[in-house]
Amino acid sequence: MPAFTPPPLPSDDKRWKIVNGTMRKNGFARYALIETLHTVQSSFGYLDDDSIRFVARSLRVPLSQAYGVVTFYHYFSLKPPGKHTLTICAGTACYIKGSDKLVAAAVKRLGIPQGQTTKDGNISLMTARCVGACSRAPVALFDSEVEGEMTGGQMLEQLERWAVE
Amino acid sequence: MNIEELEQIAKAVRLENAKYDHEVNVCMDLACLSQHADRLKDALTTAIAASGKNVLIRKTGCMGPCSSGPLVRVDPEETLYRHVDASHAEAIVASLGGEPVPGLQCDLNEHFELQTRVVLENAGYIDPEKIDDYIARDGYQALLMVLTDMTPNGVIHRVAESGLRGRGGGGYPTGLKWGTVAKASGNLKYVVCNGDEGDPGAFMDRSVMEGDPHRVIEGMAIAAYAVGASKGFIYVRAEYPTAVARLTAALRDARRHGLLGNNICNTPFNFDVEIRLGAGAFVCGEETALIASIEGRRGTPKPRPPYPAVSGLWGKPTLINNVETYANIAPILRKESKWFSSMGSERSKGTKVFALTGKITHTGLVEVPMGIKLREIIEVIGGGVPGGHTFKAVQTGGPSGGCIPAEMLDLGVSYDALVKVGSIMGSGGMIVMDDTSCMVNVARFFVEFCMTESCGKCIPCRAGTAQMFTLLTRICNGTGTMDDLDLLVELCGTIKETSLCGLGQTAPNPVLSTLKYFKNEYIEHIVHKRCPAGVCNMEATVPAVPMEVSA
Repeated sequence: MPAFTPPPLPSDDKRWKIVNGTMRKNGFARYALIETLHTVQSSFGYLDDDSIRFVARSLRVPLSQAYGVVTFYHYFSLKPPGKHTLTICAGTACYIKGSDKLVAAAVKRLGIPQGQTTKDGNISLMTARCVGACSRAPVALFDSEVEGEMTGGQMLEQLERWAVE
Repeated sequence: MNIEELEQIAKAVRLENAKYDHEVNVCMDLACLSQHADRLKDALTTAIAASGKNVLIRKTGCMGPCSSGPLVRVDPEETLYRHVDASHAEAIVASLGGEPVPGLQCDLNEHFELQTRVVLENAGYIDPEKIDDYIARDGYQALLMVLTDMTPNGVIHRVAESGLRGRGGGGYPTGLKWGTVAKASGNLKYVVCNGDEGDPGAFMDRSVMEGDPHRVIEGMAIAAYAVGASKGFIYVRAEYPTAVARLTAALRDARRHGLLGNNICNTPFNFDVEIRLGAGAFVCGEETALIASIEGRRGTPKPRPPYPAVSGLWGKPTLINNVETYANIAPILRKESKWFSSMGSERSKGTKVFALTGKITHTGLVEVPMGIKLREIIEVIGGGVPGGHTFKAVQTGGPSGGCIPAEMLDLGVSYDALVKVGSIMGSGGMIVMDDTSCMVNVARFFVEFCMTESCGKCIPCRAGTAQMFTLLTRICNGTGTMDDLDLLVELCGTIKETSLCGLGQTAPNPVLSTLKYFKNEYIEHIVHKRCPAGVCNMEATVPAVPMEVSA
């Protein structure tokens, strides 16, 4: 059997080299699938068809299996994120302290359901299953900045600031 | 590295620290950091430089009472300051050597008095990114002592003797589990640390991994020596980027010090650890699902037996313990197992860390001896329910646990006692609810969680949780009937009995426990179309659509 040659990088975008680096570090072993997908998402912001195909071919994992892994885990996203991301924590402590009302207010203000991005690509609205800052519930993340004891007013103010940027 | 060298490092750090007149420790755990503890630390550093005083400034892990954050502790006076911001920096530095800053002191004596710190003994005292800080507090002593003076069987015996039980929630005796892996045949064995703290409302493991990462690594290395493994994995949630960064740095430093790698401490023992990231799946806390995830596959559980202790990662014998379990190992070996077993209740030894959150005055991380009364945790340590509201229930064990009502607050916390009242110890989330929380709504929240987190492998869980959610949504809408309630109970039984893994088997617990203690609330919703807590919208307009989790 001829030795396995990994497929060429999809383009000369430098980020593919980072992705390839993760796979090489793991000897292109199949178990590196999740690790590699993490690298793709952190480099490109999301996972598109091309990247899943490339990773699956490189690791010799059936495409169906790679797609299955991508859709199984909540952390992976198949859609590009907006310029800004509002993530509202929907963990138990946050829920008890009214995070559902924050979600409702954000949905109303942005006019999109959770998990979506506004049409202009400016703001994505996400919910998370606990970020571990439960003692300051309810918690919201503006991009990756964690803010505790969030009120509807504070959240909407930040959304306004993003909207006029 | 040998014991003498380790002691030299410890001595050097202690000497270095003794040069300073004061130590200013700034809590940089997530809760304090979200209130700009980083800016505070910068301001303190500037103020110290300007004052010309001889002061050491240190960033630390979680100090505990997060609701009073950002926290700063001045040593050796042990003055704890609460709600500190950058504007207080100069006053704090000016006060060093004199009277504490008035009005800023955190007066939480009662909060700390009932606590016993074993797992969290270093949190708040060391810089988690400095291995020497850990060594100066007796870190890695247990590992080197074990490698040079003890046999693997001796280690297992000591752990068994201590009475330590798994802190992930199941409470399986740790020594017994280690013994099984040690006896399993095969040269290649693995040690896995379960840091997939998926239970929403719990953050003990995050704080331990972020605040004292070397303690977890030391515990894993000792376990590896005891069971005969040479390779370890720490499985951490991707939602905890700081924990990942701190663990990565800690592993690097441990390797540099020769505390991981080949021929550790000039013995034939080889051990190294890799980090694997989770990707947001609650079911991966289940050990067989976790194994599938480390292998790069979807996290679906497998029937047991074979248990991972016999056939785990890549079919090899694998020891899986939780973060907090490993964090208990080093002190157990450094001290006497009798010291450990003298704490706690008859069948639950040692301490337990809880994340106290919800409708309670002092939220944060607490570590208490097993057997302590729930009332003491909530009313004394937690300071009770704020805002003139009354306590209704405390939820333990997350989506697998149950709600414990006010009349049971005199219950002593132990694995067995909590199971007896319909809840579980779980990993340690403790969420307090007051009269503004609707118990039916809470049950619906947990069922919704289990429904979206069900991996879909077995039907009772996949379809059953969805049906439970529909029934509970109807009840919350005011369109439920008493027949729905009967159906709900029947369904709970079926799911409990027939699901493959812990997620499905325990998914009905929040419903069953609220039905047991708060049935009147269900009846109010169904018969009188009224939500006693005023949470549920009774206009029957809320569709039975789950809150989709997108991140």
